[in-house]
Amino acid sequence: MKQQLMVPGFFIAVLGLSAALSGCEHPPVETVQGGYRGLGMEQIINPRTDAVRAGKNALPVAIPPAPTDGPLASSVYQNIQVLKDLNVAQFTRVMLAMTQWVAPPDQSCNYCHGSNMAADDRYTKVVARRMLQMVRHINTDWKDHVAATGVTCYTCHRGNAVPQNVWFTDPGQSSTSGLIAGNAGKNKPSAAVGLTALPYDPFTRFLLDDKNIRVISDAPLPDGNRTSIKQTEGTYALMMHISQSLGVNCDYCHNSRSFAVWDASTPKRATAWYGIRLARDLNTNYLVPLKATFPEHRLGILGDVAKVNCATCHQGLFKPLYGESMAKDYPELQGEMHPAAAAPASPPPTAALH
Amino acid sequence: MAEYQNIFTRVQIRAPAYEGVVLPRGAWGRQGKGAFSHLLGRFGDAQIGPIYLGTTGLLSLICGFIAFEIIGLNMFASVHWNPVQFIRQLPWLALEPPSPANGLHFPRLQDGGWWLMAGFFLTSSVLLWWLRMYRRARALGMGTHVSWAFLSAIWLMLVLGIIRPVLMGSFGEAVPFGIFPHLDWTAAFSIRYGNLFYNPFHCLSIAFLYGSTLLFAMHGGTILAVSRLGGDRELEQIVDRGTAAERAALFWRWTMGFNATMESIHRWAWWFAVLCPLVGGIGILLTGTVVDNWYLWAVKHHVAPMYPHVFPPVADPALGAAK
Repeated sequence: MKQQLMVPGFFIAVLGLSAALSGCEHPPVETVQGGYRGLGMEQIINPRTDAVRAGKNALPVAIPPAPTDGPLASSVYQNIQVLKDLNVAQFTRVMLAMTQWVAPPDQSCNYCHGSNMAADDRYTKVVARRMLQMVRHINTDWKDHVAATGVTCYTCHRGNAVPQNVWFTDPGQSSTSGLIAGNAGKNKPSAAVGLTALPYDPFTRFLLDDKNIRVISDAPLPDGNRTSIKQTEGTYALMMHISQSLGVNCDYCHNSRSFAVWDASTPKRATAWYGIRLARDLNTNYLVPLKATFPEHRLGILGDVAKVNCATCHQGLFKPLYGESMAKDYPELQGEMHPAAAAPASPPPTAALH
Repeated sequence: MAEYQNIFTRVQIRAPAYEGVVLPRGAWGRQGKGAFSHLLGRFGDAQIGPIYLGTTGLLSLICGFIAFEIIGLNMFASVHWNPVQFIRQLPWLALEPPSPANGLHFPRLQDGGWWLMAGFFLTSSVLLWWLRMYRRARALGMGTHVSWAFLSAIWLMLVLGIIRPVLMGSFGEAVPFGIFPHLDWTAAFSIRYGNLFYNPFHCLSIAFLYGSTLLFAMHGGTILAVSRLGGDRELEQIVDRGTAAERAALFWRWTMGFNATMESIHRWAWWFAVLCPLVGGIGILLTGTVVDNWYLWAVKHHVAPMYPHVFPPVADPALGAAK
């Protein structure tokens, strides 16, 4: 009698344990010490998931460099507004690269250009022009975040017309009505914040609006900081997003004994600080103004444009593409190549950085 | 008797169902006649019931049911009454307290009013249950130790849910009713106040929590180990120390030089359990009201150790005119 119960009991226990562990990555994992010994500031690396990620983040073969002499593209082609500093060979190289990195293969040049290459008759071309300005702006004015590595179109696009990791403002639970309690913009499984119950749209308030991220007091005793737990959950959600997007844990930037104190943090925290402002700058000054340019099917539920967050470039890595610089192979995207020859094409870049 | 040496219960006592002591005049009768369950007998007493409901028990269940319904139906509504989504998303769903901007006003139902009502009924339910435990203990001529231990847990619940929010001037400071949301709230609470691990009352609470499990293991293990010698008759051994009590005492004196007695071990266990939420509640009550950043508080009082820097100094970019 007892034995009869034992066997199914054993199988139920094994099944239950398997179900409970099925969401976990199987060991062994490697840990890399970051901070002072004993503090547990460690990054956890899973060689198996890492191998998969490495395959997805291999660089495309660079197009051979263009000769630096020859007539300026702007003197040969019409309606060139941004790449006025490039010669014809360089200009053609950039067009070719964009075709590889962004345009759907079946459409190629036609994705942006009609029969008249100079015409601005396709919205994609107008957007692409602004994006070229944006890339040059990042590489020139945001070295605090991208350093010498820089970015290209590929950093975000990876062969997709629209980068895979973009965000729209989440309209939230507006469809409930009447006397039913609201969810305060949280409490639903959201991949954006690591499947926590934290606020599911930290992007609108921090990467578009300039809401206060710092919630922790600078003084031991109450000194006028009225920040609520709910606001703290907003910051927490943003941090979960950064952690997810970079494939790192909190200790990559912080000593978790004090998230606030800068001199206990790692230098990466400062890089991330600029990254938050970079995303806000791009969203505010480059993407949102394109709203009227995009057709309706490219817009979000609330009619807003697709915007960037940390995942747009990082895509699960502490440095996009493992920190391999593509931009060094594309001096055309670094900034204006012949500043003396070309009139300034970008708007003043320092606007609204803070 | 060797049956008791097993770590699982192997002995079931079966006797005619026992009604309990004679009730005082005017009290409700007990419900049910008592039944037996072999399965439950493997974990505890095989006799189920009769149960004494009473006025406080009935009111407590009604209040608890109302709170449960307010919370559950609001959660259900938040997934548009979809039963599949309700089950799938249940761990994420919650009934949120009012917005911090609301302060201590009674908000509209959809803006936290439901939360206040659920909190009111849940508190009523728990306090009525406390009263019931107290009165049942009195009716049996027992001490009221269990009810006071329960009150300690209620204290922590009330500090989190109403006392501290009132002191902070905002219902929005309170905990949401929800599985993951209340855990996220806990982590956010620690983050907001500079790491609760540096709160000495939190330290004490953890010590009493882990201490309780340690004492439980020591006491349970000791009694099972000497039950062969009559150690399971703990109450008799308190006043009439037999070989089980002597051996148990000797065992601990040998292993750690000191031993509790058959009586005092229960005081140890009771106080550890009571002090865990009691000091924890004090720690929560001081957070935000008296101390705003526990890490900096610990640094100020030389509690937090300092470690050598392994990175180049990191300055707050917001302070510099970097950009």
